[in-house]
Amino acid sequence: MHNFWIIFKQAFMPKAKTKSFIITTVIVAAAFFLMANLPNIISVFQGSEEDGSVLHVVDETGELFPQFQQQLEVADSDTQAMQTELSEQELTEGIREGSIEAYLVLEQGEQLSARYVAESANEFTGDIESALQAMQTAQTAETLELSEEEMTSLFMPVSFERETVSESSKSQEELSQARGLVYILIMLIYVAVIYYPNMIAMEVANEKSSRVMEILISSVSPVKHMFAKIAGVGTLGILQMLIFGLAGYTAIKTAGTDLTEGFFSVFGFSDVKIETFLFAVLFFLLGYFLYAVLAALLGSLVSRTEDVQQLMLPMMFLIIIASLIAFSGIGMPEATYVTIASYIPFFTPLVMFLRVGMLDLPLWEPLLAIAIMLATIGLLGWFGARVYRGGVLMYGSSQSLKDIRKAIRLGNNK
Amino acid sequence: MALEVKGATKKFGGFTAVDDLHLSVDQGQMYGFLGANGAGKTTTFRMILGLLDPTEGEVRWNGKSITYASSPEIGYLPEERGLYPKMKVEEQLIYLAQLRKMPKSEAKKQMEHWLDRFEVPHYATKKVEELSKGNQQKIQLIAALLHNPSLLILDEPFSGLDPVNVEMLKSAILDFQKQGATIIFSSHRMDHVEELCDDMSILDHGKVVVSGSIREVKRSFGKQNVRIKMDSELSGLADVHGVENYTATHDGALFRISDETAAERLLEEALKLGKLRHFAIEEPSLEEIFIAKVGKAYA
Repeated sequence: MHNFWIIFKQAFMPKAKTKSFIITTVIVAAAFFLMANLPNIISVFQGSEEDGSVLHVVDETGELFPQFQQQLEVADSDTQAMQTELSEQELTEGIREGSIEAYLVLEQGEQLSARYVAESANEFTGDIESALQAMQTAQTAETLELSEEEMTSLFMPVSFERETVSESSKSQEELSQARGLVYILIMLIYVAVIYYPNMIAMEVANEKSSRVMEILISSVSPVKHMFAKIAGVGTLGILQMLIFGLAGYTAIKTAGTDLTEGFFSVFGFSDVKIETFLFAVLFFLLGYFLYAVLAALLGSLVSRTEDVQQLMLPMMFLIIIASLIAFSGIGMPEATYVTIASYIPFFTPLVMFLRVGMLDLPLWEPLLAIAIMLATIGLLGWFGARVYRGGVLMYGSSQSLKDIRKAIRLGNNK
Repeated sequence: MALEVKGATKKFGGFTAVDDLHLSVDQGQMYGFLGANGAGKTTTFRMILGLLDPTEGEVRWNGKSITYASSPEIGYLPEERGLYPKMKVEEQLIYLAQLRKMPKSEAKKQMEHWLDRFEVPHYATKKVEELSKGNQQKIQLIAALLHNPSLLILDEPFSGLDPVNVEMLKSAILDFQKQGATIIFSSHRMDHVEELCDDMSILDHGKVVVSGSIREVKRSFGKQNVRIKMDSELSGLADVHGVENYTATHDGALFRISDETAAERLLEEALKLGKLRHFAIEEPSLEEIFIAKVGKAYA
């Protein structure tokens, strides 16, 4: 156990102290704050434009403007209307100069009519049109001499609700609220299961190519060496992920907005549940262990660090396929292929996490997937240790997966 | 017997790397392995270290088989030098000693002692990749003996060193032996084995071709050299019965003879030729034995 801790410390401390580790951690944490505060930042830039977006209204009757303004308020419109005494000619001049954005001429003939004048035709006038439409309807209702009751029923809004059949499904609104968080966490797990296992493979290959491995494994058993290293780098990963998680959580909580508007209405963070975080940590750990064992195994087969990437390729494909399923499944977490993939151990960390995060799954589903993963990790750990034991002693030019057999044969004799 | 190897055989598939190796080294002795590249020296060492299990036979250290529990007692200098290139000398020496279960403070003290002894104390804070090859080798040797092992295995400890450093390392290794350590080392420099070792063996293609104490090895070789220094033409003496080989030297000739009676006949014949300045029977050098046993191609 003594040796385990020494290797563990050696795998952890020097890396945690490197500049690149500290800088990456700080940058990513800062990015979380930036993202959480995006709406605030956007509004700062938009704030300066707001003064110019006053709509000048020419109303010779003097009666139409108050009605218009009332309708805008009812519709909760951003448009600010202001009655003006200026002539149309002066207003047109103002638009050319840029001091006025647009003006509206209201006229009452047989019917209500309006003209909207702006510099270009692409400005959005939907809320102005619907305000005018409402005025028109009210006027018509008046001329028809409808009763109070008839008036009310005329303006009754439609009742529109979405309902879902599946029990595990969350409502559309709930889905949207969870999506942003789940997306970010899947992203983190994805990066983590690529980054840290790669680190392991590089380390192992490095120790082999610098030949220090022979000294190490004459001091400590290769299996102990492998697992201590995996644990050390894993702890480094947990530390980094914890910092990210904490930064993200603080960022959301201190952002001052509830992150439900605009972009965040479909990509929300308002449904932040503690279980989601717990599952994220759990699936990160499981995914890391699974891929780290695989990476150590592959790293032990090469003699030169240059060959690591080539041998890691099949493993990378597994992770990339997992991420493709997860990212495509974020829009439809109930699709059959997502369900099936969530039980395949190499995909579980990303895909099952997606389902746990997006759906109200019965607890046995993630537990079953976790059990399958644990069994796979155990099996792979046993197999990996056997390959590793022989692999670290093996030097040669051919670097292919066929070497696994050679490594086992060499390790077997031990 | 401190270290005993009984009939160790190692097969890789159909290939036999080491064949029925017997070996016994007493506590405090230095044992030498001679052998060409690929003769099975490294595989033998790996079996002794427990990195490889023998296909047949066994290795015993003080009566027990070697496991990772005995790792603090063993020091190893691999033929392919291996240190972390980007790690500082002191960091890695202490790390490697800690892996052999030496406490950190003790490791630090020992490290300072050895760095001083090899006259490189200022390298403690340098990265290994910044050091010259010879100095890296000193660090490598320190890594092998820092934790005070009682069994030290050195695979080609002097290759690639200049003569001054060879002497420095040699004396350090001899001192280490005097403290009671059992040392096994391999070399293809015969003179080093001749100078340092008590017992030795020559390996060829996994088989021991010669083994024993150096004196025994030389005696059992049976062949000796006769050196004659005189001014007369000596090529005629090559035909004397028992002479295997004749080599002219600048002041006489060197004869390899198959037995001692040939020396007497040579002396008689030489005296007939004129005035004899020098006549000596010399033991064969290990180099000659090695070449005779293993073949000229490897020398």
